[in-house]
Amino acid sequence: MAKLSFNGGIHPYDGKDLSKNRPIVDIVPKGDMVYPLSQHIGAPAIPVVAKGDRVLRGQLIAEANGFVSSNIFSSVSGTVKAIEPRRVVTGDLVESIIITGDNRFEEVEYSYVDDVSTLTKEEIIERIKLAGIVGMGGAGFPTHVKLSPKDPDKIDYCIANCAECEPYLTSDYRRMVEEPEKLVEGLKIILSLFDNAKGILAVEDNKEDCIETLRQLVKDEPRILVKTLQTKYPQGSERQLIFATTKRAINSDKLPLDAGCIVNNVDTIVAIYSAVKEGKPLMERIVTVTGDCVRRPQNFRVHIGMSYADLIDEAGGLKKRPEKIVSGGPMMGFALMDTMVPTTKTASALLFFSRDEVSRSKTGACINCGLCAEVCPGRVVPTMLAKLSERGDKEGFVKLGGMECCECGCCSYICPAKRNLTQSIKSMRKEVLSDRKKK
Amino acid sequence: MSDLMNVSSNPHIRSKVSTDKIMLCVILALMPATGFGIYNFGIRALYVVLISIASCVLTELIFELITKKEITITDLSAVVTGLLLGLNLPVNVPFYLPVLGGIFAIFVVKMLFGGIGQNFMNPALAGRCFLVISFPAAMTNFTCDAYTGATPLTMLKNGEQFNALDMVIGRTGGTIGETSMIALLIGACFLLLLGVINLRVPAAYIISLIVFVGLFGKHGFDTYYLCGHLAGGGLMIGAWFMATDYATRPVTKAGQIVYGIILGLLTGVFRIFGSSAEGVSFAIILGNLLVPLIEKVTYPKPFGKGGEHR
Repeated sequence: MAKLSFNGGIHPYDGKDLSKNRPIVDIVPKGDMVYPLSQHIGAPAIPVVAKGDRVLRGQLIAEANGFVSSNIFSSVSGTVKAIEPRRVVTGDLVESIIITGDNRFEEVEYSYVDDVSTLTKEEIIERIKLAGIVGMGGAGFPTHVKLSPKDPDKIDYCIANCAECEPYLTSDYRRMVEEPEKLVEGLKIILSLFDNAKGILAVEDNKEDCIETLRQLVKDEPRILVKTLQTKYPQGSERQLIFATTKRAINSDKLPLDAGCIVNNVDTIVAIYSAVKEGKPLMERIVTVTGDCVRRPQNFRVHIGMSYADLIDEAGGLKKRPEKIVSGGPMMGFALMDTMVPTTKTASALLFFSRDEVSRSKTGACINCGLCAEVCPGRVVPTMLAKLSERGDKEGFVKLGGMECCECGCCSYICPAKRNLTQSIKSMRKEVLSDRKKK
Repeated sequence: MSDLMNVSSNPHIRSKVSTDKIMLCVILALMPATGFGIYNFGIRALYVVLISIASCVLTELIFELITKKEITITDLSAVVTGLLLGLNLPVNVPFYLPVLGGIFAIFVVKMLFGGIGQNFMNPALAGRCFLVISFPAAMTNFTCDAYTGATPLTMLKNGEQFNALDMVIGRTGGTIGETSMIALLIGACFLLLLGVINLRVPAAYIISLIVFVGLFGKHGFDTYYLCGHLAGGGLMIGAWFMATDYATRPVTKAGQIVYGIILGLLTGVFRIFGSSAEGVSFAIILGNLLVPLIEKVTYPKPFGKGGEHR
């Protein structure tokens, strides 16, 4: 079968060999835990604990503020030390609940369900909502909102995004190697919400072993297919993934729902399984700690809220001085000033690079080579958009499809003149979006 | 770790492609044609090419020193311009012609319009056209020790016989770098394989010229006649090395095909209906002027709005 793909895209050095064969290791958090109230798209959660309160692991500490928002839970037992602004990965100060752990990890009781099929659709969505699950691939969109379309019968495909197209990241891969059953069970739970939908496990062909395991697991599941994607960045970008697997294309004005699709990534689907089956709220996720500076690159099961700084020691410390530290993948992640920031629901990786290629490359003039247009998955011409952005021409920017940019970074990556095209386009997109909000 | 790290917007990695590497590839790709030119026309060809390169590089350097701009000669683009200009001159031009041509190409066409990527015309071709208009006798005198008389394309126009094999190999009169189809195609393949250029412009150019010449050349699609048009004159160096110049061809994919077709038609018109046998240089320069318009009407449809299948 032909490998599924989209037009454009790049093939950067993937760096996955550093950590792909390193099994997931549990780490016990030490020190204070920090829970930003906003680690999802939508309204920040509202604290339901106060300074001095004792909390248990799995206890609700902040409540969703409205439908598009998300609950937040403590991942340790301990005492609320403060509720104050703390620095997060994006560099912003965000109101956060700080909890000093007591190292006892006393847990609340979870409402385990023996047979998931006895739950109604409403009960399933309620359990997902209660568990505070958001898109863990990086976007952080509340999952219960995604799973509550107006017309559930119009959903044709529930896609499990197993592409993991970002270089260096291996957290989804390890999940698929170590706990593929949970992924498949989670997808079955999602499918039970949509009577007309087929499930697709979409995996890049650099993970042949996962494709084989998943095929074995779903061979008796008529509603679930495993599809092989060409290994290419950004294959896991939502719009490109939908196109690759279903040949349906949506633009920036549309949602996956409009194409009859719902996309969730591996960690999110596993979290859905834990929430619905075991009644466990979202307190853990897998984080890859890697990069050429890390002595022992590793995949960790992390208590959400622990500091990035603690992960370095667990990975054997650093063997070289890093020039750049990135939270998330190298293509779309955030550069960190330092590692004293908390892990959140959307933290997929922590990368340490001894060379910061951005500061080391000198930006030159555009030579009009057109490589950016060749690789752009949005099929626009980034160099023209970036010039319009630098000129402040909002109208022209929108007219040439500037809002179709998914900020994947392919244009900046490929540019021979080392121009920061993505950055220029991103900042103009922000301006246009904020103008639209004002109206 | 007390000190702060570098912070920048995504992405945090960069490819190994760079402007100077691309320019170096173009220079390497022109080496077979340059080498053949020197073999074909003698050592004077090398002097013409070297003077042309030196003129271009020095013009850029002096301009940047005087205007206190960043020195950009290490990006090698001036070397490419100088090399192309030199290859587009007859071997026996007086040595002040490559000097003047280089100054015009770099100072007027490139630097005054903002330097690399900003020129609205191919600088080497603009330099050549400047020389053709200003010094028509020297620029059209292709007589040298090895060859006397007309170039194959002129013979073709006048209905005289020529040796097709000599044309393909390049054992004919003409400018230094344009005569050998084989040497130019070797370089073109090198650039195609490395992905520095793609087929859109050259293929559209060559195919549309063949169609035009076949329809209006009064010889129909006669292989011998068409072969003369393909191998003769500056078509090969023009289609593969000048028309593909990044700065002066459309950046949109559809635009590149439209541009190639326009070049083919213009070249055909100039060659068949014009007074001179040659038409590539002027066709490309006129085509350059249409690029902004072509880009405007061929801007691609984005993903999700009809552009996802390209």
